[in-house]
Amino acid sequence: MDMLEKLTVLADAAKYDAACTSSGLDRAARPDGLGATMACGCCHSFSADGRCITLLKVLQSNACSYDCTYCVNRRSNDVKRATFTPRELADLTMQFYRRNYIEGLFLSSAVVNNPDYTCELMLQTLHILRNEYHFWGYIHAKAIPGASPALLTRLGLLADRMSVNIELPSESSLRLLAPDKKKADILKPMGLLRDGIEQGRQDLVKYRHAPRFAPAGQSTQLIVGATPETDLQILGLSSALYEKYRLKRVFFSAYLPVVEHRDLPALTTKPPLLREHRLYQADWLMRFYHFDANELLDEQNPNFDPYMDPKCTWALRHLERFPVEVNRADYEMLLRVPGIGVKSARRIVTARRAGSLDFDGLKKLGVILKRAKYFILCRGKAAPGIVMTHRAILRALLSDAALESMHQGEQLSLFDPTMEDVRQCITGQI
Amino acid sequence: MHHRTDLIYRYDGSFEGFLCCVFRAVYQKEDPMRICPQEEAQATLLETVVIDTEPDKAQRVRKSIPAKLGMDAQRVVYLCFLSDRPDKEVMLLAFLRLGYQLGSRVLRMLADERVHKVLTAARAVSGEAHLLKGFTRFSQYGGALVAEIEPKNHVLPLLAQHFKARMPGESFLILDRTHQMVLICSGGRWQIQTAQLEQLPRADAQERFYRQLWTRFYDTVSIEDRYNPQCRMTHMPKRFWGMMTEFQEDNRPWALPEVSEKIK
Repeated sequence: MDMLEKLTVLADAAKYDAACTSSGLDRAARPDGLGATMACGCCHSFSADGRCITLLKVLQSNACSYDCTYCVNRRSNDVKRATFTPRELADLTMQFYRRNYIEGLFLSSAVVNNPDYTCELMLQTLHILRNEYHFWGYIHAKAIPGASPALLTRLGLLADRMSVNIELPSESSLRLLAPDKKKADILKPMGLLRDGIEQGRQDLVKYRHAPRFAPAGQSTQLIVGATPETDLQILGLSSALYEKYRLKRVFFSAYLPVVEHRDLPALTTKPPLLREHRLYQADWLMRFYHFDANELLDEQNPNFDPYMDPKCTWALRHLERFPVEVNRADYEMLLRVPGIGVKSARRIVTARRAGSLDFDGLKKLGVILKRAKYFILCRGKAAPGIVMTHRAILRALLSDAALESMHQGEQLSLFDPTMEDVRQCITGQI
Repeated sequence: MHHRTDLIYRYDGSFEGFLCCVFRAVYQKEDPMRICPQEEAQATLLETVVIDTEPDKAQRVRKSIPAKLGMDAQRVVYLCFLSDRPDKEVMLLAFLRLGYQLGSRVLRMLADERVHKVLTAARAVSGEAHLLKGFTRFSQYGGALVAEIEPKNHVLPLLAQHFKARMPGESFLILDRTHQMVLICSGGRWQIQTAQLEQLPRADAQERFYRQLWTRFYDTVSIEDRYNPQCRMTHMPKRFWGMMTEFQEDNRPWALPEVSEKIK
């Protein structure tokens, strides 16, 4: 099989992994090597589906010995199989990196023979890159569930970020759809990674040249929509993961039916992109806006509102806390105002030290007044002509079309997030 | 304080030259209507003052910025100067005057028109430079890597620092087609000069092979059921596509993956 075909097969098999970030670590190049990393990450292109391309995301191999129902690479599926030799993949990474196509390598793999053998193959690739070619760009490596702890540790010492995919958000779903994987198989390596990262941090305090273990932390992915869990369950799981396993990111991936099976949604099912988007918005609110999972959803409202983003939903349920005076409110409260993001909240705090702000000034700071004006006062006054009742705000925040279909009790198309929604999702400005 | 405003400054277009304009404006108590680089000189009824670039004057102004406005302001002034805004010099002069008066407080006055304008321009420059850190594509020609870009702003100095730091062993050129400038970096040193830029020669077979591999990777990673061209354009405006490997039809000797009707 020639290189072009091999790359096609192994990139195609890896593309359903949502994680594509090269962030979390600032590292300068070394004089004898090639490559550096930026804490903010760097997107090198955007594919036709609008997702960022930053790393060369491929599998080492797709010749899997497992038979997970939801997975295209499962043993019983009739697809082309390919495997990169470690040398081939290391060379390709270097050549792509020099041309500035990529920020680094995202290496995952199907389970070839057994988890340890697979891990060894990946280790060889990373060893060539790091120790032979002196490559200091970003490397994201997937931990292979079931591989021995010693091998995972070695992988962590070569990679910048590690991840283990949970995939299915509950044990029962896992039993049904991934009979070869057990919850323990997934959580054990996550625990190992957490401890390795923690240990590495402590060593670094004691010894300046201590080897760094996955310095950009670990992440995971949950598939949304393949199984019947509610948003509340998913959000609960992800906030537990952040807390217990100290994850840097939890990624959500709208389930795409690539496989026909009686236990799975039909092949014609469209991916629940809006639901995925709402989960990301909530994730952002938890990580950067000081929200708790239980503030966003509860037993009465276990799923997100398709018509309105979680921050607006929260604000409308807590109108007693608004309006807030922009010139006096603390940073935490500013963050909770729809239309004020992290950047504009910081700018407000900075700018009001130099003089009190009016609505015109807020606009210059990047506040989205279209939304924010229903929730704020400037110098004790509301924006002219604003009525701050629940009904009036709801009417103002929803588009006419959404309002109409809501009144008629119609199902909003879940697959048609507005452009604004999509943009917010990626930039994180909610 | 009454400043004379009915005149125009003309300078050589360099950052030093601009600093000398600031020197003159402050000491002669003048507020020129325009400060324009030599090449843009137009016939005008207003009196035109030609400002010579004098290193010691430039140095005095250069030092005054971090001393009076703070280190952050120094960075902002430099970034704004790299902007393509035709009135950037006048904007900067107003900002600096305010800063000389108020000190480092000026960077907190985000709602002030003069500060807002300069910060917005600086942000546009560093934003474009950040995008180009990702979107610039190199090709191997002999022993050097060569890239072409068409930026709005003068981002070459910012790209120079970035690529020099991450590729210490490589020699590379970046051609700025918009401003007819070239960045040359080799052996840990870089310089930028104006140049008459020609078309690049055809790449060799190996280079064309890597371009194809990358283009194929690009086509493959997109998920058909999530097709969203609008979202792609938001993050990667079309003005960058002309210089990017994955959008050159020569590198794609196969048909673009078709987008089925159900998704359109």
